[in-house]
Amino acid sequence: MSTITANPVYKLELTSSPHVHSRWSTKQAMWMVVLALLPALISSVIFFGFYQLLVVSVSVASAVVTESLIKYIRKREITITDGSGIITGMLLGLILPPNFNLFFTALGSIVAIGIGKEIFGGLGYNIFNPALVGRAFLQAAFPVQMTTWIKPNMAVDSVSTATPLSAFKFDSIFADISNMFIGNIGGSLGETSAISILIGGIFLIVIGVVNWRIPVSMFLGVIIFGGLFWLLNADQYPSPVFHMLAGGFLFGAFFMATDWVTSPLTAKGMWIFGFGISLVVVMIRLFGGLPEGVMYAILFMNAFVPLINRYTRPRIFGEAK
Amino acid sequence: MKNKVTIIKEYTKGIWQSNPVFKQILGMCPTLAVTVSAINGIAMALATTFVLVFSSFIISSVRKLIPTQVRIASYIVVIATFVTIVDLVMKAQFPELSKSLGPYIPLIVVNCIILGRQEAFSSKNTPLRSVVDALGMGSGFLIALFMLGSIRELLGSRTILGFQLLPDFYEPWLVMILPAGAFLTLGLMLAFFNNLSLHKKKSDNDKLIAKYLKTKTAADFVIEENK
Repeated sequence: MSTITANPVYKLELTSSPHVHSRWSTKQAMWMVVLALLPALISSVIFFGFYQLLVVSVSVASAVVTESLIKYIRKREITITDGSGIITGMLLGLILPPNFNLFFTALGSIVAIGIGKEIFGGLGYNIFNPALVGRAFLQAAFPVQMTTWIKPNMAVDSVSTATPLSAFKFDSIFADISNMFIGNIGGSLGETSAISILIGGIFLIVIGVVNWRIPVSMFLGVIIFGGLFWLLNADQYPSPVFHMLAGGFLFGAFFMATDWVTSPLTAKGMWIFGFGISLVVVMIRLFGGLPEGVMYAILFMNAFVPLINRYTRPRIFGEAK
Repeated sequence: MKNKVTIIKEYTKGIWQSNPVFKQILGMCPTLAVTVSAINGIAMALATTFVLVFSSFIISSVRKLIPTQVRIASYIVVIATFVTIVDLVMKAQFPELSKSLGPYIPLIVVNCIILGRQEAFSSKNTPLRSVVDALGMGSGFLIALFMLGSIRELLGSRTILGFQLLPDFYEPWLVMILPAGAFLTLGLMLAFFNNLSLHKKKSDNDKLIAKYLKTKTAADFVIEENK
């Protein structure tokens, strides 16, 4: 019985090329995302009240607790400080409807971290965006509660309301674009206010945490696919601007689709990924049974990421075609 | 005799060591589709066991008469006979259950557990052993389907076998009685059971190593003495 003892003093890590150097460590980048999510969080408190802060806190707390618990059971290093669990919790909290049940929130967060991330081996190994897995689970488990929307504080009349998308889908009513821009509409916590998402998203692109190609290709995609139907029949189909501002499109474009782990590696792959998401979103919104499809579109395209990476792999220098 | 395995072992292997659902991952279609409630799972497993036991008996009795080239077709004829019996009996005696299981009773004909056992076991063993093996596999299938059905029924509609176990304020998770819930539950159960057998293998290995080391030092000692 011989044992191999590693030299404890020098730890040389050998990996094959290419080596990409990033300005940000994973930890720093994660905290930047948390910072970028703050405007959306503030807007949700302004429009839907202080209870929403509780929803997001419960979501973050149960995400962090679940992650540490699973790491502890599997006897791995507990990595709360890298912020990824906090981000998943925050993202999940911000895509839930207002005044959501706290127990359900915690459940969604547990599913997001447990089934969305840790089952695959933790950060960096997950196939699907964990926060969206959590939301998809909640959507399937509690369909009624997940589609109960309240009117934002600045609107006057009744308590319950429809989101612009369900109003369009079921009653063919187009919401006011300026209200959609500032966020004075029914919808999920962080998704309603376009301006606050843009602040956070552009901040992330400028400091280089998020690659600009995915959001830009998603916008272009929605302009092309949504615009096509709008040009065909402007009375029946909404304009691309509506598509962009409604539902979770902006939030998805800046914070969900751009997740480092679950998006393609190559520039060409990112364009394909973004266009694919837009196509599926437009198809679900216009012809599907559901009013909103950003969540399913991103999860759907997540599944194709390994395939996209494989086919957009750059040629090795000198390799024959 | 080539058969060193005891009759009891022949039975118990179907329950744990090569459980059709958890170890062989066979019969996924009924496993995932009918386990909306515990009672459905039990009915499905009993029907499958009935077909499995009788077709195993018949096929192992005539195993030397069936030409190899047409064996699959012959098995299917035997299996289909018993499936028809089950289907008609269930329609006559338990119309409700038959309705809720729907096409999955006739589909037992193509259940891979049954064909797999005929191919792997009944065609090579005596009728007695084949029946015991079929009973073991049936029991394993029953346990798996009952567990899966209970978990899904409990979380998806608060009850097990129709008895309400969770309080009214518990909001049923609709996803558990949808197909997605079947995949999630089965996946987590498989992970759990694989983990269990992994631990068992590891501790068995450790025991073996300890035993080896013990005998080795004893042998070394003897060699040392003889020098």
